[in-house]
Formats: sequence, structure tokens, C-alpha cells
Amino acid sequence: MDYTKQEYLDYVQKKSPGSKLFRNMLVAFVVGGLICVVGQAFGEIYKAVFGLNEESVKTAVPITMVFLGALFTGLNLYHKLAKYAGAGTLVPITGFANAVVSPAIEFKREGYVLGVAAKMFTIAGPVLVYGINTSILLGLIFYAFGFGK
Amino acid sequence: MEKRLGKQTVKFSKAVSLLSTAAVAGQKEAEGPLASHFDIIMENAEWGEDTWEKAESKMQKSAVGRALQKAKIDAKDIKYIFAGDLLNQCIGSTFGLMAFDIPLLGVYGACSTMAETMGLAAMSIDGGYSDLSVAVTSSHFCTAERQYRNPLEYGGQRTPTAQWTVTGSGAVVLSEKGNGPYITHFTSGKVVDLGVKDANNMGAAMAPAAADTLAAHFEDTGRSPNFYDLIVSGDLGTVGKSIIVDLMCEKGFEIGENYDDCGCMIFDIEKQDMHAGGSGCGCGAITLCGYIMDRIRNGELKNVLFMGTGALLSPTSTLQGESIPAVAHAVAISAERE
Repeated sequence: MDYTKQEYLDYVQKKSPGSKLFRNMLVAFVVGGLICVVGQAFGEIYKAVFGLNEESVKTAVPITMVFLGALFTGLNLYHKLAKYAGAGTLVPITGFANAVVSPAIEFKREGYVLGVAAKMFTIAGPVLVYGINTSILLGLIFYAFGFGK
Repeated sequence: MEKRLGKQTVKFSKAVSLLSTAAVAGQKEAEGPLASHFDIIMENAEWGEDTWEKAESKMQKSAVGRALQKAKIDAKDIKYIFAGDLLNQCIGSTFGLMAFDIPLLGVYGACSTMAETMGLAAMSIDGGYSDLSVAVTSSHFCTAERQYRNPLEYGGQRTPTAQWTVTGSGAVVLSEKGNGPYITHFTSGKVVDLGVKDANNMGAAMAPAAADTLAAHFEDTGRSPNFYDLIVSGDLGTVGKSIIVDLMCEKGFEIGENYDDCGCMIFDIEKQDMHAGGSGCGCGAITLCGYIMDRIRNGELKNVLFMGTGALLSPTSTLQGESIPAVAHAVAISAERE
């Protein structure tokens, strides 16, 4: 018997092992949570030791976490953790740093202009485009309904 | 047309002999169960070059060089090199083989390339156009990842059906003289697409094309699967392997005990955490040129059907939402002439 496309796709679905969803979600939750704990710890240290105010802490913590994400990507470690952590390393801001730094490293061989600079945003670009546009939209709604006052 | 059998198969009238084979393998492959059968092991992915693409070119050059050396043939006596790889515009082959100064015929059959180049090289000899031809192919994990998927350092998770591109290059020297093993038949495949869109499930995408070619081979030659000591596909992986057994059964051919897949053979899948197994042109190429040829030469295997399986997708077709067409080509190898 010959399969129709739909019959074959249904059959393939049955034959292909699925991801271990529960395990993946659990590891993602724990690792993602731990990354946030690290961020929180930096925040507390900045407040207690360096006496930064709330506003400055909100700037300093993401800077620190982005730096760490980039550093661990460069040290060839981030993707090894991500293999187990999945969304746990993807969602925090460290994942964004990884998405920018990894193509920058990889495409260095194509030169600093058309390699590093141009390819740097191949993965992160969409996040920027839709992230910035969404904030503009929300900002307009905020403004229109007068929440800003 | 006595050389032609049925719709898709040619039977060679000359004794097209496999004078020598050579396999170049990467580190992960050398950590697998077939390590002792490879001629050259690369110490790392760069292999002394400043780009992975150059390393892949060096792999093809080394594989051909070693195969010529083993056959004690001078490069200037080779009439044609049939070569291909996975890189855009096949730069692995063209850059790597330039130095040999031999007419080069570039072939793209995705991961089916080893079987395709071997079949074409055998045709060039059987047709009387060449007395010595070379077939070679390669794949490199790092060059394939950056072309088809994500940068290596990008933190992503691979699905259970995803396969690992083998870093390896296999080359064969074919001659009209020699004492075998012989390439006796070549069954070329049609492009088949049953609508699989998941680029992380290539085994499922390729299995229908593989079953199509395999069935055509048995129908054209009148052989049954039992004729072969080993029927081996290039890189269907664990998922594709189980699918093709079912598909063949439905076509009325029982393949089982004597069937295996290079993607499942080349790695210790559990221990090396290879998900659905190996893939890439190099997967079938080095398993054949190293392990399987060794077993034919030492008399363990007499008749082998080697089928390369290729997923004909490109990053563009994937982004545009197209499904994955596939093709498979098969060469029959015999230790003795009929």
C-alpha cells in the first residue's frame, strides 16, 4: 500500500520519539530559576555593598547578567548547559547574550564587517525587532489611556 | 540495452573493481565503535587549517591521497574524480581536489553522494570512457551546522529525532582491472517527498525515497533481499531505520536481520548521546570505505547493497516552509564476479 502524505505524517508522528517534556520543563525551571537567583544576588550585593539605589540596580543587574552570558558563551560552556536546560537558559537575559555572541564568534572568519557585525543579529534580530515594536505599541497604549500620569 | 535492467538499474558488463578505499574521520567518530577501521583520524575539527571549510577540503584531499597511495596509483593516471559535499556550491570538493589536477565532475546528492559518485564513476569505467576513476565525498559537523542550523556556541536543545552530522570523508578508486571487490549494479533513485517538514527528523523524510529505490533495485534485478549479506543505508538513523523496515514490508519485501544503517553503526548512540544517530555524506562514506570494505576484504561479507540517502533541503526551502524531498541511490558490491 502507498501512503498519502497525511497518512505518512500520522505514521511518522507515531514512530518518532517525543521530547521528554516533564524532565525538560523541570530542568528548565530549576536552571532558569537559579540564573535568576544569581541575578537577584548581584542585585542585593549592589545595594548592600555598593549602595546603589533601586533604579541603578535595575540597570546594573542586566549588564552583569549579559556580561556573564557572553563570557560563558566565549568559554564554550553556555551551550553545554543549554543542552540540558533548554528554555531555562534561553529565556533569561543570559540567553539573549548567548544568541548575539555565538554567531559573532562563529562568523569571525568571514571578517569583522560582513561576518561578526552582520551575522551578530541573525538569531537575536527578531527579538529586537518585535521586542522594540511591542514596547512602542504598549507605550502608546499606556500614553493614550493616560496611565503615565 | 543489455546493460540496463528495468527502469532504474544498470548492470555493469565490465568488472568494475574497487582498487582501494580510504576513510578520514573526526574525533567523535574515532570515539565510536568503528574507530579501528578508519585510515586517518583528525586530531580536531580545524585540523591545522584556519577555517572549518578548509579543514573539510583537506579531508577530501587526504582521503583521495590515501586511497591512491593504497592502490599504488599515480594521480595523473586518474581520468575523472566524481566528488560532492554538503557545502554551498560544493566548495569542500572543489577547493580540496584542485591540487590533483584531474578532471573533476561535481555531484550534489546531499547525503546520498557517496553512492551516487560511486555509481557514476563505475558508469564512466563500464562505458569505456575511463580506466581509472575516483569517487569521494565528505561532511563536517561544524561546516554543516553553520550552514544548515545554528552557530556551535548557541544554546539550543536538539530533539530526540535529530541526527548528528558526521565529520568524515571517504574515497574509492575504481578500475577496469583488479581482483575486486566489484561494483556490479547501480540503482539510481527518484526524488520522493511525502510531506515531512521537520528538518530535525530527516530519517522520516528520507525513508520513503530509500524504500522506493530499494524496491526498484529488487524489482529491476530480480534479486530478493536475502541475496545480500548486508543491505546498508547511509544515514536514516534510528527513526528512519525503523520506518523503512515497515515501508519495505508493505511493498512485499522482508528486510530485517541483514539490514542496517550507517547512522546507527558509526556511533555508540546511547553512550555518545547521538539522539537518532549519525548523518551527512561522510556517515555512509566512512562506514563503507572503512568498516564495510574491511569486512568484504576479509571475507565476512560477500554481497553488499550500499544505499546513500539524501535529504534535498536547503536553508532557503526550509525557511519558505517547503517539505523535504529526498533521494536514494544504491550500488551493489560483490566480493566475486557472477
